[in-house]
Amino acid sequence: MAIPTKFKNEVETQASQPFTRVARWYRQSANAFRQDPRLWFGVVLILYIVAAIFAPIVSPYSPVLYHPSIATQGPSLAHLFGTDALGRDQLSRVIYGTRISLSVGVITILLGGIVGTILGLIAAYFKGWVDQVITMIVDAVLSFPSIVLALAIVAAVGPSIINLAIALAFVRIPIYSRIARGQTLQVAAQDYIAAAVANGTRTRKILWRHILPNIVSPLIVQATISISFAILDESVLSFLGLGVQPPTPEWGAMINDAQIYLNSDPWMLFGPALAIILVVLSLNLLGDAIRDRLDPRDRVQAMAMAQE
Amino acid sequence: MARYILRRLFFIIPVALIVSFLTFMVIHLVPGDPARVLLGEEATPETVAALRLQLGLDKPLIAQFGLWFWQLLHGNLGQSIQLQQPVLEAVVQRLPVTAELGISSLLFSLVLAFPLGVYSATHRNTWIDRLVNVLTLTSTAIPVFVLGLILILVFAVDIRLFPPGGYTPFTDDPLANIRSLILPMITLGTGTVAVNMRQIRANMIEVLSQDYVRTARAKGLPERRVQYIHALRNAVIPVITIIGLQVGAIIGGAFVVETIFLWPGVGQLAVSSILSKDYPMIQGIVLLSAFSYMAVNLLVDIFYAVLDPRIRFDKQ
Repeated sequence: MAIPTKFKNEVETQASQPFTRVARWYRQSANAFRQDPRLWFGVVLILYIVAAIFAPIVSPYSPVLYHPSIATQGPSLAHLFGTDALGRDQLSRVIYGTRISLSVGVITILLGGIVGTILGLIAAYFKGWVDQVITMIVDAVLSFPSIVLALAIVAAVGPSIINLAIALAFVRIPIYSRIARGQTLQVAAQDYIAAAVANGTRTRKILWRHILPNIVSPLIVQATISISFAILDESVLSFLGLGVQPPTPEWGAMINDAQIYLNSDPWMLFGPALAIILVVLSLNLLGDAIRDRLDPRDRVQAMAMAQE
Repeated sequence: MARYILRRLFFIIPVALIVSFLTFMVIHLVPGDPARVLLGEEATPETVAALRLQLGLDKPLIAQFGLWFWQLLHGNLGQSIQLQQPVLEAVVQRLPVTAELGISSLLFSLVLAFPLGVYSATHRNTWIDRLVNVLTLTSTAIPVFVLGLILILVFAVDIRLFPPGGYTPFTDDPLANIRSLILPMITLGTGTVAVNMRQIRANMIEVLSQDYVRTARAKGLPERRVQYIHALRNAVIPVITIIGLQVGAIIGGAFVVETIFLWPGVGQLAVSSILSKDYPMIQGIVLLSAFSYMAVNLLVDIFYAVLDPRIRFDKQ
């Protein structure tokens, strides 16, 4: 297959000029960013992570201290997103809110991903009744509308950050379990696994050292893509009053507070709404870009399109 | 065909049992005595003791589940603490409101997604295709409650085109019913437009590259006829499956949308039950949502098998 013209230029320029390592790295990333502008949303994401880690340094005011004298003020230079009903700076609360959303998002996919992967791995490796039981349980969890099940769990165990993450992780288990099961079925059928079994390698070692490393990449892609779902679900639960409890700043809860002032002070929505939309959009676009890069079928398609 | 349906029904029984068991366990996750949890704070010790006996709380967990499931088979989902009314009765009363919202949003989503998907597929990589892609992708990033509040702000507060909330039964005043439906319908339907549109676009692209489409073109049929009659018909089939999956998102979304727009449906009932710790009601609604979601997907699978004979013969 001929090299598409788009890529040919790049090869030539790279070959014709000598580069130091840094300059080449810079050049390559500049090319990647130009070819796929979606990667810029990665920068946005890094800003969110920085905001979450350094919240006390970057936020201009305290997110929890009341200042009744400056309550419900519109956006100004001093308070970019205005102040809420208790006179707290909305921008500072939005910045602190990144901590909750990002950490719940990450904990959710880690927890759901690990449990789901283990279940899928065991089901596919041991087959038989083990597989049937696990598949049935996974199908049962999948039979609930996910947010409804998460709501019920939080309603039962009580609202808190940890409970929220556990509930959201629980409803995400089936996705990972199904992917892990499918991948393991393929890998376990390979000769080297049969060889390991014949060698008398312990089952735990086969699962951990021989199978897991070979099934992990599609799971990581899935996890990256579904952080945004976890963040959205988390904000829904908090909006309904079932997530993080006051005075902890959280985007969904802030929007719930703003709802009361929709008629008189609609700008109160702006900060937290923008924060959620931008982070979810960034994660979605970045996830799309990653998937396009990793999925060879799509890449062939993209090359074919470039040739057209 | 009958054999396929029977097989599917047979496989759904164990899953339905596990679903029931998981829902049953929700009460046991609540800290404290399940009988007291089910009766609420104001129950007398006598009624608590009576319910303890009825639930078989002195028996092993599996026996308790058996007792509960037996009641379930008789249509008894317990008594709501908040409403002092049987759970099933309360849900059935509110079901038409939620059904109206859910079905109309699904239709709204499809009515928008079909032309967008077909147009994007037939005009691949044009600026309109890219614009549609960006817009639908952005729409998935907007949480349903933010979209609802923005729509209220624009269409009910700024320009008073639609009511900001509330529900008028169709039988009382059809026009007011439709006016009160528009904003909630758009709010709930928008989230699924992107998924539907992308699916339709991908299917259309695949179908349009097939030989029979080339044949249709070669024999000189007008392009419009090739696209809409020959290609679209086959591109539609896979969409039905994802519609089944979307019913889950719609049920969950209805909880939020009904709360924002003050619609007296099952979703609002669920949220108010959660906030007032009405556990029998929560349990009932969760179970019924799961069962209806399962039923929809079963129907989708059967419908799919009717349309595509490969499916029903493949698994035998």
